Amino acid sequence: MTKMSMIQALNEGIAESMASDPKVVVLGEDVGDNEEGGIVGVTRGLSTRFGENRVWSTPISEQAIMGAAIGAAISGYKPVAEIMLMNFTAVCMDMIFNHAAKLRYMSGGQTSVPLVVRMMTGSGIASGGQHSDFLETWFAHSPGLKVVAPSNPADAKGLMLSAIADPDPVIFIECTRLYGMQGEVPDSIEPIPIGKAQVARAGTDVTIVSHSEIVNRALKAAEALEAEGISAEVVDLRSISPWDKEAVCASARKTGRLLVAHEAVRNFGPGAEIAATVQEELFGQLKAPVRRLAAPFTPVPFSKVLETHHLVQVEDVIDAARSLAKEG
Amino acid sequence: MPIKEVGGINTALPDAATQLEIYRRMTLIAQNDEASRKVIRTGRLLMPYYSPRGQEAIPSAISVNLNKDDTICTIYRGIHDMLAKGVPLNDLWAELAGRSNGTCKGKGGPMHITHPASGAMLTTGIVGSSMPIANGLAWAAKMDGSRRVSIAYFGDGASNIGAFHESLNLASIWKLPVIFVCQNNLFAEHTRYEKATSVDRISKRAIGYAMPGVTVNGNDPFEIYAAAHEAITRARSGEGPTLIEALTFRFHGHVFGDADKYIPKEEKDAAIAKDPVPIFRAKLIADGIATEAELTDMEAKIDTEIEAAIAYALASPLPDPADLLDDVYAVRGAVA
Repeated sequence: MTKMSMIQALNEGIAESMASDPKVVVLGEDVGDNEEGGIVGVTRGLSTRFGENRVWSTPISEQAIMGAAIGAAISGYKPVAEIMLMNFTAVCMDMIFNHAAKLRYMSGGQTSVPLVVRMMTGSGIASGGQHSDFLETWFAHSPGLKVVAPSNPADAKGLMLSAIADPDPVIFIECTRLYGMQGEVPDSIEPIPIGKAQVARAGTDVTIVSHSEIVNRALKAAEALEAEGISAEVVDLRSISPWDKEAVCASARKTGRLLVAHEAVRNFGPGAEIAATVQEELFGQLKAPVRRLAAPFTPVPFSKVLETHHLVQVEDVIDAARSLAKEG
Repeated sequence: MPIKEVGGINTALPDAATQLEIYRRMTLIAQNDEASRKVIRTGRLLMPYYSPRGQEAIPSAISVNLNKDDTICTIYRGIHDMLAKGVPLNDLWAELAGRSNGTCKGKGGPMHITHPASGAMLTTGIVGSSMPIANGLAWAAKMDGSRRVSIAYFGDGASNIGAFHESLNLASIWKLPVIFVCQNNLFAEHTRYEKATSVDRISKRAIGYAMPGVTVNGNDPFEIYAAAHEAITRARSGEGPTLIEALTFRFHGHVFGDADKYIPKEEKDAAIAKDPVPIFRAKLIADGIATEAELTDMEAKIDTEIEAAIAYALASPLPDPADLLDDVYAVRGAVA
């Protein structure tokens, strides 16, 4: 076990994959060591260790970055492309959605696109409306893509190993607020299967299902609720598409009360899909309707007081879970 | 970098056998086009059809310079590019007919023809998107240390989309072994070139991306061959990309069913009078490369092959709806 930051864990996941598979290559803006190894240093040391034939700093050209990754993937490479901010995927959505997601299908299985697109996002750092959005549902709504979002360093490394090895295109969401998080990472970590959730905290009265940094808020909320005599189970999805329906339903069946908490805006967010599925499976077995806690339907505002109000806070999770525990 | 208007001076000439092969590909494309429009008109098959008739010389004269493992990416008006690269007629027609034994198991159709065995890696329905992906294929070739090249086919309309600019810039700075081939048929959907494009020759945009740019007569196989030969040689030796603009014309509008009223009749008639297929045919005979009888025989054989391919396609099985969920992911149902 080694304690490390999420940045280090991500870096190790990429480095180990590059060491074991010469077809893994990295590209994106500022990823090389001449450019400081990434805007927050996730790719630091890779170009020095593996050479510039495997780590390519690009111009600010999201369509070109994704197209290069797709063409190389079709040719047998395993590109790890970085789109610096999740909001910038909008610039290359044609490449991601019309091409990476669909080439296997439209070619009848003749070509495939085993790439990873890494991106950072998250509110709370005063970046405002175009640098903070959680857009996982755009990609979860796209047949052909997989979407993962780790909540801690160990999962970040385990999911990175799986994502890079995966034969399909994987969207890898890194929350800005998690980059500095310290966590224990096993020295010899197994890849985490995409599609497997983890019960981060066991409980009996209410289930809180979440992903990415909101999991940490849910865990803090569960601590506080314990003191009030409410036992909350926290399920960390880890993977948004595919997501672990069995684990979520098993937990909801056990507690009878499900709260989905996520950073993305409420309307048509991941909570909508989870709630619809759980009520299909467990209608009549739940003690209360499935509840969703999410950001209000606005862009992320700049001013601190507005931004804080917009982002799901620990107190919001406590209030929502307590209220759900009392329903029915 | 100076602009070369290639006309009359050929730096590389195709030999007799190559000239005959260029013609074979051109007439295959033209004959296949004739058969395609007939098949739709007579109701034997329904499909969206973007006729390449008029543009045959371009991929024919380029592809004779390519090996099987060189790759092409093209767009929805790309059947000529696919045939010239060697996609088999049977597999192509089965795909056009939506059959399970088509190139793409019936799942792609005419706008997504893919046949990696002949290096035909992508047909895209999105204007401009052939270029970023052709870059990727070239990037892989470069990382492999190989001498493979990739061709990005696109039209005049695509030279105004963002992907063109991003792709040329990246190909230039990374010295990618890619050749950008703009088939300028003077119309982007229904809009005339002059109304949509800020420069009189697309090849001039090459200056902005620090690569050689050349405009050629897209009806002249020798001009195209020479420009392609030079560009491909450059790319193979690691010197980077080239932009080739081939001036051409499409005889049958944007898509089958398009009444093309936006094209003045005199303009269209003048273009058809310069049909590259019969003109090159006559030249081969005049130059003693082939006889009338040999070419008639070749064309008859091609007609037979095309008819056989259409019959093969229409007799082939339709896909099983149970196969709908295959090939979304490597493992069926990976995301249910």
